Amino acid sequence: MEAAEFESVLATVRDFVREVVVPAEDEIEETDEIPTRIREQAKAMGLFGYAIPEEYDGLGLTMSEEVRLAMELGWTTPSFRSLFGTNNGIAGQVVAKNGTPEQKQHYLPKFASGELVASFALSEPEAGSDPSWMRTSAKPDGDGWVIDGAKQYITNATRADVFMVFARTSGERGTTKGISVFVVPADAEGLRIGPNDPKMGQRGSSTAEVSFDGVRVDASTLVGGQEGVGFGAAMKSLAKGRLHIAAICVGLAQRMLDESIRWATASRQGETRIADFQLVQGMLADCHTEIYAGRAMVLEAAREYDEGTDQRLAPSAAKLYCSEMVGRVADRAVQVHGGAGYMHAVPVERFYRDARLFRLYEGTSEVQRVIIAKAITRSR
Amino acid sequence: MNIVVCVKYVPDAQADRTFSVDNTTDRAGVDGLLSELDEYAVEEALKIAEANDGEVTILTIGPDRAADALKKALQMGAHRAVHVNDAAIHGSDAIATSLVLAKAIQKLDPQPDLVLTGMASTDGTMGVVPTMLAERLGLPAVTYASELTVADGKVSVRRDGDLASQTIEATLPALVSVTDQINEPRYPSFKGIMAAKKKPVDTWTLADLGVDAELVGLTAAWTTVESFSARPPRQKGQIVTDEGDGGSKLAVFLGEHKFL
Ligand SMILES: Cc1cc2nc3c(=O)[nH]c(=O)nc-3n(C[C@H](O)[C@H](O)[C@H](O)COP(=O)(O)OP(=O)(O)OC[C@H]3O[C@@H](n4cnc5c(N)ncnc54)[C@H](O)[C@@H]3O)c2cc1C
Repeated sequence: MEAAEFESVLATVRDFVREVVVPAEDEIEETDEIPTRIREQAKAMGLFGYAIPEEYDGLGLTMSEEVRLAMELGWTTPSFRSLFGTNNGIAGQVVAKNGTPEQKQHYLPKFASGELVASFALSEPEAGSDPSWMRTSAKPDGDGWVIDGAKQYITNATRADVFMVFARTSGERGTTKGISVFVVPADAEGLRIGPNDPKMGQRGSSTAEVSFDGVRVDASTLVGGQEGVGFGAAMKSLAKGRLHIAAICVGLAQRMLDESIRWATASRQGETRIADFQLVQGMLADCHTEIYAGRAMVLEAAREYDEGTDQRLAPSAAKLYCSEMVGRVADRAVQVHGGAGYMHAVPVERFYRDARLFRLYEGTSEVQRVIIAKAITRSR
Repeated sequence: MNIVVCVKYVPDAQADRTFSVDNTTDRAGVDGLLSELDEYAVEEALKIAEANDGEVTILTIGPDRAADALKKALQMGAHRAVHVNDAAIHGSDAIATSLVLAKAIQKLDPQPDLVLTGMASTDGTMGVVPTMLAERLGLPAVTYASELTVADGKVSVRRDGDLASQTIEATLPALVSVTDQINEPRYPSFKGIMAAKKKPVDTWTLADLGVDAELVGLTAAWTTVESFSARPPRQKGQIVTDEGDGGSKLAVFLGEHKFL
């Protein structure tokens, strides 16, 4: 995309986030839902397909562009981006990167328009950080497959029309070979979606358990038309997703700093502005510095991603740093607000809870460290 | 159904707006945008065009950077744009502006069935150009529309006053100015942004319009800005502490300021 056009895209999303979504944050927190009007506007704008390739009616952003967009999206409640995050990200990319031409043709335009919501169903009890221990299986049945098992904490499950379901088709539990991935319609017989999980934060986003009891799907649902590509597909999707999450963290951290600066310059103790206390200034300066480091890291990791020089280590490093950074910023933001920081009435109280998730999903901080350490010690 | 929307590129109200040395609005030194009040006119035109298989042309007069206002309207979904850009126009008043707009509209082919404008610009905020333009074009003018329907060769407009609402009809072709109550302007979609760069934008000069440069610009203006000064900074408020006599202190304050 031409630079001028991309700047228009960024400006449009920035305006929409600040003029429409931010004023609705309290409503989203209260109702635990994204209002229909915002969902419809997001659809019409094209937000369900910014990362879907252009030939399938998406915007086809490069990673360097996507992270800049994500920083804008990060400036409001993370549940807003979660609404279309799976279509563009972990779920949509499974088809975009691994689907057969027919699967891409059939699904990607519908993901891009938001006509279909896609979910990514990998994690299971006792198989979260290490999905190779998954119990969900798919057994051949005539010209199709029968899927049995259960997934947990699946984002957008309650809104989904299709699931990317990872299931073992061969091999031993605990090995990465033999895991396949299927596009399963949400209304398939035997597929059950649990209630929305009550969560610490990110109200307005949804996760649920998804179980499969003898769910029969036909051969065309096997992604890539090939068995055993599931684990690789998941890792590829997650690496891209991690870089996206890192950028979201930068955006959210910036919002919390902006809120803190506003608070510190507007309120006082006695005659002194909060922002004039050096210890408070220290907190603000540390936030700014770490956000700057995070932003620089994300932009560099995205450049490497686009050039193909590193699509695995850099996303993990960026996700590790930025998700931990946003946690530190959240903590200071609450501190700068004093007692008010603990009250529902100020946004940073909510963001403090929201931010906690980023160190857990799409690979915990520990898992990122394991990935990084393995890679940097392998050749020694 | 051919609709023309007249829009203005104005300094961003969020930025520090200033005047130039000749006491005109500084349009070069400040970031500008499509006047927010004109977005309502663009949105209304798009809605009517979508319902009537129509075409929307955006018309602006302004310097090079005014192309940004056209771009935004094209990204929202308008079909084509006309940019009247001529250094001689600098400093024009409402009378000259309406003249140039009228000439530009008369040059359009096909001629519009409906001319829409915002209720006023967000920089000048006079709101007189719409009626002047209608007069020059010989069209009925219906201003401050908060609801607009087009059917059977007529526009029907609701105009909200403080005490009553009027419904006014006019036969097409007509000119209607719209308020910020009429709709909720859309955000450009990504597809709209991509499509906008392929849409035709004509740039016309005064010579193209056959307008004599003597009739426009700062020297031809019927009004001039003699001087300007920044609004004095807001005074610190006075806090009345209630020590049992808050009421009488308030009364004294209001009396001193002649409210009582
Ligand atoms: C809100 C939310 C949304 C989610 N959305 C999705 C979704 O859309 N799709 C999906 O498939 N999943 C989703 N998940 C699941 C998420 O990816 C997992 O929760 C995550 O990978 C951690 O797995 P676990 O919960 O089983 O924790 P565990 O793996 O049991 O982790 C427990 C602790 O052990 C540590 N640990 C585990 N293994 C190692 C190791 N090898 N070395 C060092 N430490 C280790 C962890 O870091 C952690 O501290 C979501 C989770 C949440 C909370």
